[in-house]
Amino acid sequence: MFENVSKNKALAAIGGLILTAVVATPVMAQRDPAYEAARSSGAIGEKPDGYLGYVTSPSPAIKALVEDINIKRKAAYTRKAQETNSTVEQFAFTSGCNLIMRTSVDEKYQTPSGSWNTRDSSDPVRDSRCP
Amino acid sequence: MMLYQTSRLTDRPYTAIRRNMRSLTTASLILGMLKGLSACVQVIAPDKPIVINLNINIKQEVVYRLDGDAKDLINEEADIF
Repeated sequence: MFENVSKNKALAAIGGLILTAVVATPVMAQRDPAYEAARSSGAIGEKPDGYLGYVTSPSPAIKALVEDINIKRKAAYTRKAQETNSTVEQFAFTSGCNLIMRTSVDEKYQTPSGSWNTRDSSDPVRDSRCP
Repeated sequence: MMLYQTSRLTDRPYTAIRRNMRSLTTASLILGMLKGLSACVQVIAPDKPIVINLNINIKQEVVYRLDGDAKDLINEEADIF
């Protein structure tokens, strides 16, 4: 009985460690505070093509930030497109559908017609091909 | 004299017909030209900007197929999304 309890405790401890590792991993890959601030201020937004765009004319700092992220995104899309036997544009577009859907309230996104909308609690205006 | 008169008499209607024919041809030519002019294709510039959709090669079925992988990528590399 006592042995069982200590065994259970040990298992719980191991489980706890694993859980911490799982929870901690996404925290490692968080958005840069400057990027987060640019998003929430509405200076930049998500475009239907899967990349970030400027809603207002950007400061040099924001321009550098967006260009850096877009280059990283393109690299990621290229890698995934190769894995899935699709084109970079196709994978980027599919990601764009998801990224616009994931925008939080007050963040900006671009509609298929090209205008910038502010996300509210309703569903965003997306391309008809988006799932 | 008699011959001349006959010839003139017979000649007259011909000249008249010929003249009529000529004017008819001219009239039809002018009409044809007018018709040609009115049939010109009129191009009216649109007041809205022309949007060229570059995603024409992206089909919905492809988007549906890639959706899961796209979601995975966004979760995996949360710092750039």
